[in-house]
Amino acid sequence: MKIVVVGHGMVGHRFVEVLARDAATANLGTPIDVTVLCEENLPAYDRVQLTSYFSGKTAEDLSLVSPNFFEDNGFKLHLGKGAAEIDRAAKTVTTTTGETLPYDKLILATGSYPFVPPLPGKDREDCLVYRTIDDLEAMKVSATRSKVGVVVGGGLLGLEAAKALRDLGLETHVVEFAPRLMAVQIDDGAGKVLRKKIEALGVGIHLGKNTTEIVDGENGRHRMNFADGSHLETDMILFSAGIRPRDDLARKFGLDVGPRGGIVINNECLTNDPDVYAIGECALWEGRIYGLVAPGYQMAETAAHSIIQHEKKKEFLGADMSTKLKLMGVDVASIGDAHATTAGAQSFVYVDEPNEIYKKLVVSADGKKLHGAVLIGDVEAYGGLLQLMLNDMDLPDNAQALILPSFDGSAKPALGADALPMSATICSCNNVSKGEICDAVARGCMDYDSIKDGTKAATSCGGCSALVKQVMNAELEKMGVEVKKDICEHFAYSRQELFHICQVEKIKSFDELLEKHGNGQHDGCDICKPTAASILASLWNEHVLKKPLAGLQDTNDYYMANLQKDGTYSVVPRMPGGEVTPEGLIAVGAVAKKYNLYTKITGGQRVDLFGARLEQLPLIWKELIDAGFESGHAYGKSLRTVKSCVGSTWCRYGMLDSVGFAIELENRYRGLRSPHKIKFAVSGCTRECAEAQGKDVGVIATEKGWNLYVCGNGGMKPRHAELLASDLDSETLIKYVDRFLMFYVKTADRLQRTSVWRDNMEGGLDYLKDVIINDSLGLAAELESQMQYVVDTYQCEWKTAINDPEIMKRFKPFVNSNQADDNIVFVEERGQIRPATPNEKAGRINVVEVVGMA
Amino acid sequence: MLEKICTLTDLVPNIGVPALVNGEQVALFRLKDGNVYAVSNFDPFSQANVIARGITGNLKGLDVVASPIYKQHFDLKTGQCVEDDSVSIKTYSVKLDGNDVLIALN
Ligand code: SRM
Ligand SMILES: Cc1cc2nc3c(=O)[nH]c(=O)nc-3n(C[C@H](O)[C@H](O)[C@H](O)COP(=O)(O)OP(=O)(O)OC[C@H]3O[C@@H](n4cnc5c(N)ncnc54)[C@H](O)[C@@H]3O)c2cc1C
Ligand code: SF4
Ligand code: FES
Repeated sequence: MKIVVVGHGMVGHRFVEVLARDAATANLGTPIDVTVLCEENLPAYDRVQLTSYFSGKTAEDLSLVSPNFFEDNGFKLHLGKGAAEIDRAAKTVTTTTGETLPYDKLILATGSYPFVPPLPGKDREDCLVYRTIDDLEAMKVSATRSKVGVVVGGGLLGLEAAKALRDLGLETHVVEFAPRLMAVQIDDGAGKVLRKKIEALGVGIHLGKNTTEIVDGENGRHRMNFADGSHLETDMILFSAGIRPRDDLARKFGLDVGPRGGIVINNECLTNDPDVYAIGECALWEGRIYGLVAPGYQMAETAAHSIIQHEKKKEFLGADMSTKLKLMGVDVASIGDAHATTAGAQSFVYVDEPNEIYKKLVVSADGKKLHGAVLIGDVEAYGGLLQLMLNDMDLPDNAQALILPSFDGSAKPALGADALPMSATICSCNNVSKGEICDAVARGCMDYDSIKDGTKAATSCGGCSALVKQVMNAELEKMGVEVKKDICEHFAYSRQELFHICQVEKIKSFDELLEKHGNGQHDGCDICKPTAASILASLWNEHVLKKPLAGLQDTNDYYMANLQKDGTYSVVPRMPGGEVTPEGLIAVGAVAKKYNLYTKITGGQRVDLFGARLEQLPLIWKELIDAGFESGHAYGKSLRTVKSCVGSTWCRYGMLDSVGFAIELENRYRGLRSPHKIKFAVSGCTRECAEAQGKDVGVIATEKGWNLYVCGNGGMKPRHAELLASDLDSETLIKYVDRFLMFYVKTADRLQRTSVWRDNMEGGLDYLKDVIINDSLGLAAELESQMQYVVDTYQCEWKTAINDPEIMKRFKPFVNSNQADDNIVFVEERGQIRPATPNEKAGRINVVEVVGMA
Repeated sequence: MLEKICTLTDLVPNIGVPALVNGEQVALFRLKDGNVYAVSNFDPFSQANVIARGITGNLKGLDVVASPIYKQHFDLKTGQCVEDDSVSIKTYSVKLDGNDVLIALN
């Protein structure tokens, strides 16, 4: 059977995914031959996440197509090729390149296009729309020559577009015809709160403005004239005034379309031609177009199952349009009948102006059922409320308590996952029910990631993640699996909780922590001891080898060097920013030569000296310290290096002094103990020679100041850093980094890099921005002062150590002898030493004499 | 025969020290509760003399030390590796005489 799909957008791709997954188990009897026509130059990508393109995601990150998907399934994908004509009698499609393709079944998944109001001046340069990756590229180009940007349209997409403009660094305005923002989804009261919040972020909001024309501006490129006589100047204009279905092909070739557009379909997603289906945003079902992806996905399943006669075949019976999203860091949710238009509907409203929270419940005339809700600023109740409505469940008594804060600590009416029926849809994007999640748990998916892999729940918009976790945890508990975050058998707490306990109770030793909060009859272990050591160091910054702390340290911290496979250590002196004087290099070289150490330039722009015996470490460090070096903390879960490029001092493209700033940063944060190691880099311009976007903290100089990126990672699972803030002066940047690092230190799990911490953060980058930049948790001052304390109490651990005879005692080869460990054997390779292999050791061939014994 | 290795004051609670006993490398530990243990300093997994540099602890009631290289645990009383039944390290019997720490040679 030949299947041709026109349009490879989100829904078109879901359609072929369903075919790939289910065709084999269907009753079709004949193999399928699938061809997809993709007018864009990129295979299907996640349009919902489009805006994240400006905060660091790449086209590749956004792709929805798993590698080799088409090859593996034997499907054909034509990129950059559209459908131009359909011959329904001959059952063929002609492409824009003139090819003719026969079909047995045709699927139209052509999506929609942005509506641009027919204004004089709408086609001027830098008047753009926001729908495709090509549009984004055009915006990027336009942004380089623009200072001010205006979005026409204050709906959901318009506000999303405004975020994009702000991420591009433009002064941003939103012009809306209606008297409030998001007129479709929320009511007046909510609109007011939302407006205040968005204005507070520096976005200008202009409501009730009817644009009449766009003409030349005086200061900006354009001037927008409004019907009320006012005007606004801007350089770039982005139209986001609604979408229109792409039904031109259907219209031209005789398929039924609605009076206001949209290809008419029935419950099977069939058009009036029994061999032509329409799905997604181009389709009109019962007079409605669904401008969200979840209903489109449902249509894709319906159509695919209908074609292959699958037993799971289900009719499309409409979809819920409830939404929860974060617009520029503001939480907004709308459920069901938000405007209380159902006959007899009654509302409860809760407004907290100082905290900018608005919540409304719409209930039935008898007060028993929930019809709708609007939530701004605090959307915690979303999942529960949505389920109440979708499953037609009875409201608890005092339903208003569902949106009221509980000041006396009394519990809210329970809306636990347990109360939901098995048929309840938990993830609407992917149509996953509670039952399917429970099945997955029963099959052995025991953690959130495997649930996501196994069911696809929470893999699209993520709005259901909290509920998916609740269902999973409830199910695990029922199976007797304890859902714990305990770090080990000695503490029933997560690292974050232990940090909090130590801070609040001013606990300064492991024994005290164990006695008061642990399983105290026994000692701890090699998991909780280093964790506690790290927490105590972040909080109180005492020398790691102070008596009660010393025994908690991993060997690297204990000997302040990195243990190698043969029991020797490596030594890394700090070279801030990778800068080193010739004298410094000579001194390091002299030490390496004297102790015959293997010498290598590290990936972190400094020099590592390998093959030092325990007893040599103090001698080596004495000489390095005398030459002006200090500990590089290569052994600690702490700041490693701040990599730099040469920057404006020498480089013809450099915008700012990246080396100088890298040194300043390295000297500020050196020694900070953290859940895992931290790496920085500073680049002098966007050519990015320091690879800052692969670091936990990355700084890139621009014409207007520093751009700050966070949560990047190289290593095992590389992750690009994301832009946290742009155009900062050095002082503000340091303030943000202080907050960022301390927030990470306080809240991350043990051995969790910033990248993984960020990936597990609910609310994502917007939440992080809120905490760091807008101080949404009110923690900024405390985080800064904690960091200042660590900065002020910094000491070079090695300098302190070599002046403390008690500590020096521990570097003896044996408590009762000064003889060297004869199991450490080196051979020579390329002019330097390396550990001998077991064979070489056994035969003692070519071994190198040990030098520098005390 | 017993050989004096060091004094109790040389042993900081919960921190191992290496000792040379009759040509063999031994790791000595004095735990918080006062117990002193001696096991081989040789880590069979990494083939390096590093056991004395491990973190001591208690797993399900057993006093253990974790190898600092690949983190296997060894029972300080019996030398048995917790993660691998087929591996154990040698143990030595320790005597305390006043402040002196003695190890039996055999
Ligand atoms: C020496 C060095 C390799 C070299 O010869 O260049 C090195 C050596 C080690 N790295 Fe590394 N890494 C070194 C640069 C890097 C880099 C490159 C960079 O920093 O730009 C990366 C990738 C960047 C990143 O971390 O995001 C890197 C990613 C890792 C990872 C993977 C971390 C991750 O998040 O996936 C580990 C394993 C871990 O930490 O759990 C690791 C662990 C190690 C350890 C500590 C493994 C161990 O426990 O023995 C190695 C011992 C270091 C030592 O001095 O004995 N090393 N390591 C580099 C020291 C840099 C420095 O000056 O301090
Ligand atoms: C910025 C933005 C944010 C959004 N946020 C959300 C959100 O938070 N939640 C949500 O549910 N939805 C959101 N949406 C809407 C969501 O993206 C759409 O509902 C979804 O993409 C619809 O999928 P589709 O496949 O029907 O259309 P599309 O994804 O638009 O795909 C249609 C494809 O068909 C191609 N095409 C058209 N005609 C032809 C032809 N003749 N030949 C070949 N190819 C053709 C088009 O080029 C396009 O690639 C957002 C949309 C945008 C633009
Ligand atoms: S890449 Fe692996 S082998 Fe190489 S230094 Fe890093 S951790 Fe060691
Ligand atoms: S509801 Fe969107 S991912 Fe689950």
